[in-house]
Amino acid sequence: MEPNIIAFCCHYCAFTAADLAGTMRQQYPANIHIVRLPCTGKVDINMLLRAFVDEADGVMVAGCEVGSCHFLEGNIRAKKRVEYAKRKLEEVGINPEKLEMFHIAASEGPLFAQTARDFTDKIRRMIQQESQIEQGSEGQKKKEQIAEPVDNRKEENDRSTGAM
Amino acid sequence: MIVAEQKPFQEIYESVREHQNLLILGCGTCVTVCMAGGEREVGILANQIRLAAKEENRKMEVLEHTITRQCDEEFFDSTVSSSIREADAVLSLGCGVGVQHIVELFDEVPIHPGLNTQFFGANLQQGLWGERCAGCGECVLDTYEGICPVARCSKSMMNGPCGGSSNGMCEVDPENTPCAWQLIIDRMTKLNKLDKLMENQPPKNWSRDRHGGPRRTQREDMTL
Ligand code: SF4
Ligand code: SF4
Repeated sequence: MEPNIIAFCCHYCAFTAADLAGTMRQQYPANIHIVRLPCTGKVDINMLLRAFVDEADGVMVAGCEVGSCHFLEGNIRAKKRVEYAKRKLEEVGINPEKLEMFHIAASEGPLFAQTARDFTDKIRRMIQQESQIEQGSEGQKKKEQIAEPVDNRKEENDRSTGAM
Repeated sequence: MIVAEQKPFQEIYESVREHQNLLILGCGTCVTVCMAGGEREVGILANQIRLAAKEENRKMEVLEHTITRQCDEEFFDSTVSSSIREADAVLSLGCGVGVQHIVELFDEVPIHPGLNTQFFGANLQQGLWGERCAGCGECVLDTYEGICPVARCSKSMMNGPCGGSSNGMCEVDPENTPCAWQLIIDRMTKLNKLDKLMENQPPKNWSRDRHGGPRRTQREDMTL
């Protein structure tokens, strides 16, 4: 199954670039759901966390290039919030790399498409790795469960030896 | 205002993870202004707890609510009161006063604190707060021309400075903390009142501070 990705894009740059990518017939994965914001400065930490609560596998925040924000510093503020949200994700045990900020100018349709493809690939790889680790640890757990009665006996023996 | 910061997430999560139906209650006054326990922080923490529970396949319902002030009974209306009673537990993002006030009002519900309450402080710039008052119960700001040696001198010296004052900074934290006594002297110099410092200040009466036990204040004309 394709990863579910939410992209918060600013109206003036990244969203226009996404639109241009379409006009230029550039291919990018259909699983990217774009949310248009007036500026990435509108990005709130809760918005980003909520996306993960609502089953997003990855979240992109895409704004103007540094120095060319339509609202001067919106993208710089967004970057700080993305960093903060990454820490919040890490605290709950979610790989913070599942959330990334990108800077894409309005004219860079191909860059938007490439970024979307690369990010989707990265998230897909992460999901695969996680499920491998999970399967591995479940296998381990089963083994431990089988081994448990033996361990208990050993512990009892140890204890009785200690009491003597 | 009262300044607080959120406890580490793991500490909070450990205290609430066994509850299936958790209410996170924010406070709309001081801790909203210092961005520790207002509606927004309630939302962030609720989402973090939801994600953490999901990560360990734990079923957990997390409700969010923020009231104007947790330290005032009149703000606990019937809606929030019934949400509190229906919850398995409440995680309060109020200061220590708010947490204890909920305990007093709803003695049948477990209440967990989500913040470390720190000090009475001012907003120094966006996202930065500094201690200004320690609630000593007998204000001496007049003597020191408006700069508090109790709260702002690391050693609460009434006759300072100590020998650790260097380049205007306090030896206890030379990076971030200005020496309160440097500030006092600078201010007195500016106001042409340096001679005030020739007077030796007697020991302060600490019985009106915490050292005299828990305090209360009553306005006879206002009590019902
Ligand atoms: S003297 Fe006491 S009441 Fe006045 S500012 Fe300092 S700590 Fe607060
Ligand atoms: S250096 Fe200044 S602020 Fe620090 S303890 Fe000494 S007198 Fe107080």
